[in-house]
Amino acid sequence: MSHDSARRGFLRRSIAIVPATAVAAGCSPTPPPAASAQPTASAGNATPAAYTPRYFHPPEWAFVQAAVARLIPADAEGPSGIEAGVHEFIDRQMDEVFGHAAIWYTQGPFADAPPEFGYQGRLPPRDVYRAGIAACDAHCRQAFDGKTFAQLEPARQDEVLAGMETGAIVFTDVDSKTFFGFLLQNTKEGYLADPIHGGNRNGVAWQMIGFPGARADFADWVGRPGVQYPLPPVTIAGPQA
Amino acid sequence: MASIKKPSVDAVLVGFGWTGAIMGMELTDAGLHVLALERGEMRDTVPDFAYPRITDELSYGIRGKLFQNLARETVTVRHNLGDTALPYRQLGSFLPGDGVGGAGVHWNGHHWRPLPDDLRLRSKYEERYGKKFIPAGMQLQDFGVTYEEMEPHFDRFEKIAGISGRAGNIRGQIQPGGNPFEGARSNDFPLPPLASINSALLFEKAARELGYHPFPQAAANASKAYTNPHGAQLGPCNFCGFCERYGCYNYAKASPQTTLLPTLLHRDNFELRTRSHVTRVNMSADGKHATGVTYIDAQGREVEQPADLVILCAYQFHNVRLMLLSGIGKPYDPATGQGVVGRNYAYQLNSGVSLFFDKDQPMNPFVGAGASGSVIDDFDGDNFDHGPLGFVGGASINCITTGGRPIQQMALPEGAPAWGGGWKKAIKDNYRYTASVGSQGSVMSYRENYLDLDPTYKDAYGQPLLRMTFDWRANDIAMTQFISSRCEQIAKAMAPKSYRVNARKPGDHYDLRVYQSTHNTGGAVMGTDPSTSAINRYLQAWDVPNVFVMGASAFPQNFGYNPTGMVTGLAYWSAKAIRERYLKSPGGALA
Repeated sequence: MSHDSARRGFLRRSIAIVPATAVAAGCSPTPPPAASAQPTASAGNATPAAYTPRYFHPPEWAFVQAAVARLIPADAEGPSGIEAGVHEFIDRQMDEVFGHAAIWYTQGPFADAPPEFGYQGRLPPRDVYRAGIAACDAHCRQAFDGKTFAQLEPARQDEVLAGMETGAIVFTDVDSKTFFGFLLQNTKEGYLADPIHGGNRNGVAWQMIGFPGARADFADWVGRPGVQYPLPPVTIAGPQA
Repeated sequence: MASIKKPSVDAVLVGFGWTGAIMGMELTDAGLHVLALERGEMRDTVPDFAYPRITDELSYGIRGKLFQNLARETVTVRHNLGDTALPYRQLGSFLPGDGVGGAGVHWNGHHWRPLPDDLRLRSKYEERYGKKFIPAGMQLQDFGVTYEEMEPHFDRFEKIAGISGRAGNIRGQIQPGGNPFEGARSNDFPLPPLASINSALLFEKAARELGYHPFPQAAANASKAYTNPHGAQLGPCNFCGFCERYGCYNYAKASPQTTLLPTLLHRDNFELRTRSHVTRVNMSADGKHATGVTYIDAQGREVEQPADLVILCAYQFHNVRLMLLSGIGKPYDPATGQGVVGRNYAYQLNSGVSLFFDKDQPMNPFVGAGASGSVIDDFDGDNFDHGPLGFVGGASINCITTGGRPIQQMALPEGAPAWGGGWKKAIKDNYRYTASVGSQGSVMSYRENYLDLDPTYKDAYGQPLLRMTFDWRANDIAMTQFISSRCEQIAKAMAPKSYRVNARKPGDHYDLRVYQSTHNTGGAVMGTDPSTSAINRYLQAWDVPNVFVMGASAFPQNFGYNPTGMVTGLAYWSAKAIRERYLKSPGGALA
């Protein structure tokens, strides 16, 4: 851990715990894609440093942010995917074990298979993202007057996402359902995983659902039916929020 | 040939999980020089499972940091004989271990002894329902060992692992609050049961009112501080909610690390070599005797390791594959029914119900332990009348909360959106208020469900992968449909706001994507008839007497329980036979 992030961790631990309702109230609407490399501030915290993507090129980065903003939108219920830093999580995953399919069996031959056999493609997820984003933007440009996915109205973006989810939108280089599957899986992971991976910033999603995170000691909470567990989450890096 | 040849040892263990650690203890006790070869890394509570790093759901639970690296080696799978098998490319359905402790590091700790009837299943069904009751193509077999013979060995493991539980049958006396169906035990469990979690209290009440017999799940999660017969110390489980898929930071879950290795690793006549991937058992020119093993070391060099005794202690698949690669026993051929290695592969078939409660009934799902909860055994084994139902087998039915880890353990009601604002609202509204009733179902063995070597796909060392031919058969689907109706009945009686049943239906195929259980069985089946078993009742290879094969690969079919109690009991049973009989006339057949 860098000196800076250790200091930030210390500062967070020094700040009084903010109830979950304050987080909901602190939600901001989805930022426009062009400006959203800088996530909106979480309640009770200093604004995190700007994140520069390591894997995604600028047009891809615009897509990822726009897609995350629709898969987990901003509303009064709780933090949005963007506010939680899910886009940053996904970018970081592209260089991790997952993005490289490092512990998957990747030898050929490759064959089309029924879904029960899982992903049988030859591309690692990071390449599926690259091809999938290019294909989706190409589809959008053709269908919507030259606009990329990120430039569409939210309702239109939802239609495109749903089209990939069902496979109704067909791409040539990559399977749209596979691409959407990875995107949705990673979006949920980034929202709900420990913040050390770059998403779920300050444990905001855990606060919303009521998961105490890394507390991992409930010896005195066994067999207490009807009683809500009272403490807010901590993360691997310490108390948050 | 291997460029390096090591000095010979008395016994070499291939794989170092539960059975390797037990064999290591028992055979070094007997004075042998024992070498364990483990393909994975060294692992111990500190630093590998230390808090808070281990509470990382993404790295351990989802990405599988403690599991087998499939890039090096996996299996291929097809549903039927005519299909082309495809690789199990990413972890899903089952999670083989890797590294010291094997899957004994990331298991939940559900401890079960098999039912007495489970070990003589064919005999039992024939006696009660007649020979015709068993469908054509179902290859039911007796284990060749009785519950009474196994009892001291089950008892031994329970004391080593510090099992928490409530006895149901002590020396024939049925005990209140225990499992009335269990076989007679010589002793109670060494520790009292774990405290009950919220949902288990509801389950217990509902099951009792329906006339069933709920009891606390026996757990290898220590309910109190405990010192085992080797002097290893366990601490009380604190219900951290990070058990299955994780190592225990709290020294509370029984694993080789917490129960056996503190003693074994310090013995002068024991040696462990990690990152040593065994590629074959070396055989004498006449093929009747093993001379040792060949492995690839950490630097990628091929090493020959001579040994007088070779004990396969790897995961079920690897034991079977090593036998096939080394020419130990005749490979099974489903066309003729001849041959034994690869025969009677089986799995498990689980179903369950997700329950959703009102806001005034928080379930605190993150308060969990690997094996904390309540269970019934009324519909398992042959504890109920199968006559009018027309299927073989059954399931244990449980209400167990292992944790509420939000990526993997987020259950949502029927119709909840998969993404968008609706999904966010659904996880917010339901996360704290969910519980589940689950079942762990037996799967029988069939002529067409088997293991052999894949003709196409290879591992990282160029050797053929193991190929699994497996699908659910009509009997299994009938079993799980019946069991899920019982689960639903209990779930309803727990009075949730809503619930959702998850069960396989006729026409459903085996699905590699969804985790079901790591309880793969068979392929190197034990028995008393060499034409239907690969190893004898002492786990000794029929054709190569100085090779013994541990693990669930020995099960002729699978029961409705976790296998570890039987797997470890068999290791103690086999070790006793090796110590008391085999070593007196090495190379001789024990049966």
